[in-house]
Amino acid sequence: MRETALHMAFSAGSNGAHLGGGLSLIEIMATLYGGVLHIDPKNPEWDDRDRFILSKGHGVLAYYPALVEAGFFPSEDLKKFEVNGNYLPGHPIMNMKKGIECSSGSLGMGLSFGVGVALTGKMRNKSYHTYVVLGDGECDEGTVWEAAMSASHFHLNNLIAIVDQNQLQYDGVCSEIMDMGDFKAKWESFGWDATEIDGHDIRALLHAFRCCLQTPVLKPHVIIARTVKGKGVSFMENKKEWHHGSLTQKQYESAIAEIRGVQ
Amino acid sequence: MAPLTPLNARIYSKLGQRGSFSLAIEEVAAQDEELVVMTADLTTLTGLTRFKEKYPGKFLNIGIAEQNMICLAAGMAKEGKNVFVTTYANFLAMRAYEQIRIQLGYMQFPVRVIGTGSGLAMGMSGNTHYGIEDIALMRAVPGLMVVSPADGAETTKVIHEAAHYPGPVYVRLSGVMNTPIVYTEEYPFAFGKAVRLREGDDVAVIATGTMVHESIRAAELLKEKGISASVLNMHTIKPLDTAAIRNACTRSNLIVTVEEHSIIGGLGSAVAECISETAGSPRLLRIGIPDAFQKVGDYRYLLEQNGLSAPQIAEKISITFGPGFRS
Repeated sequence: MRETALHMAFSAGSNGAHLGGGLSLIEIMATLYGGVLHIDPKNPEWDDRDRFILSKGHGVLAYYPALVEAGFFPSEDLKKFEVNGNYLPGHPIMNMKKGIECSSGSLGMGLSFGVGVALTGKMRNKSYHTYVVLGDGECDEGTVWEAAMSASHFHLNNLIAIVDQNQLQYDGVCSEIMDMGDFKAKWESFGWDATEIDGHDIRALLHAFRCCLQTPVLKPHVIIARTVKGKGVSFMENKKEWHHGSLTQKQYESAIAEIRGVQ
Repeated sequence: MAPLTPLNARIYSKLGQRGSFSLAIEEVAAQDEELVVMTADLTTLTGLTRFKEKYPGKFLNIGIAEQNMICLAAGMAKEGKNVFVTTYANFLAMRAYEQIRIQLGYMQFPVRVIGTGSGLAMGMSGNTHYGIEDIALMRAVPGLMVVSPADGAETTKVIHEAAHYPGPVYVRLSGVMNTPIVYTEEYPFAFGKAVRLREGDDVAVIATGTMVHESIRAAELLKEKGISASVLNMHTIKPLDTAAIRNACTRSNLIVTVEEHSIIGGLGSAVAECISETAGSPRLLRIGIPDAFQKVGDYRYLLEQNGLSAPQIAEKISITFGPGFRS
């Protein structure tokens, strides 16, 4: 998936792509679509499917490849990434046939939307879970906390938020731009069951998701996944300049070589 | 829904548009299993106390968090709920603007946004609570319908129709209790179709919301001065009934718009956009709230300060039309 993401970014040419926050999200999306979500790509609107919402809409470099791996559309379609008039732009557009549940791109809305989806599931005694992926920079938005408040108010234990905590936002280090203090304590104080894990460790991710599904507590769950922005490509890792950028041929080849070497 | 009679028209009038909404939404709730009504801590002030008691399973209070309310409503609409959200118009149209744009306009979830106390109805609460820009903002959102009923009776029709409308709707409720009556008997109501309330040849008055009644009275005053004015109730501002406007252009020498909204971006602007592209169209006089914050006062005071009472409307039309105009 990481290689696919780099290929997509390279193919986008001078339009560029959100590389940093896409690469930090790879293991989270691979775990969700590979081993957690109850979905059926042959029946994308199956009533009892788990719902997934990418609130950090700029994470498409991890999202679209995950949808391909899960079988929602062929890898061939990734050639449509950031191509004029096509359905895979730089921020997702709701497209139920392709497994995309929600349009996003403007930050701070996905969790509220997920609260509405999860609350309806509760009202209807449905078994589905609602998963929402947020960025840590995104949590600067006040609406994230309005949503957090309402999720615990309505006892939405069928709602699981995952924060891709790559510690960098557009302008720099998150704690320097807007210090969140004790991030886990903040979620807990809003009535959430919070867990911190290594967001690149698939076993840890699987375990965390399993715990969310098995715990009897009547609280919404948040998995704070510590990640590295630009993960896997040394010249991008922890560099704010790669939040959004375009790759030269040389950079692309070097990044691919590094990814293959790592694997 | 009870047929409109002079008696229940009086009840709707007494309740005002807000109270008429609360009556109508109870009727919708009785028939619609999927209905959900949300408020942002304004249960009483949006007339929903009785609804909350009668239909607790269909009622949600989201707290003072309008942005969260819109996204939550969209999420519920996605799952098949028929969601009405209510609070003061200014908080919906402004505080939650981007949420309305993305969650309702962009994704087309059929949420019904009911803005109460719009225009100058909030009187002594002051400018923070006035809804004088909501039409301008809401009609700029692609794919969002914008409706402003003329009286309590029309409010009930709008609510019933909105409950079945396939897309998102912004409903602007204005005026206060004991609101003037426009309709006393049944009439055909359809979104996007203006209602001709009065015939006249010299001037075509196109009004919306509370100004429909003031315009009818103004037309009566103009008649005494020998000016014949038609009145059109443009309850749907988007999509605009351009056929009715073009028809008015061919029949009249002056087009007048009247609205309890800023002169910028509202009904007057929408009509101007239409007639400026119509060859040989007559002159347009836009009557509305000047581009300024208000000196605070009660509702009637504010209408008079802004020249929105029937005699003031008639006066403006009369001056513009004048003897010179006719020749």
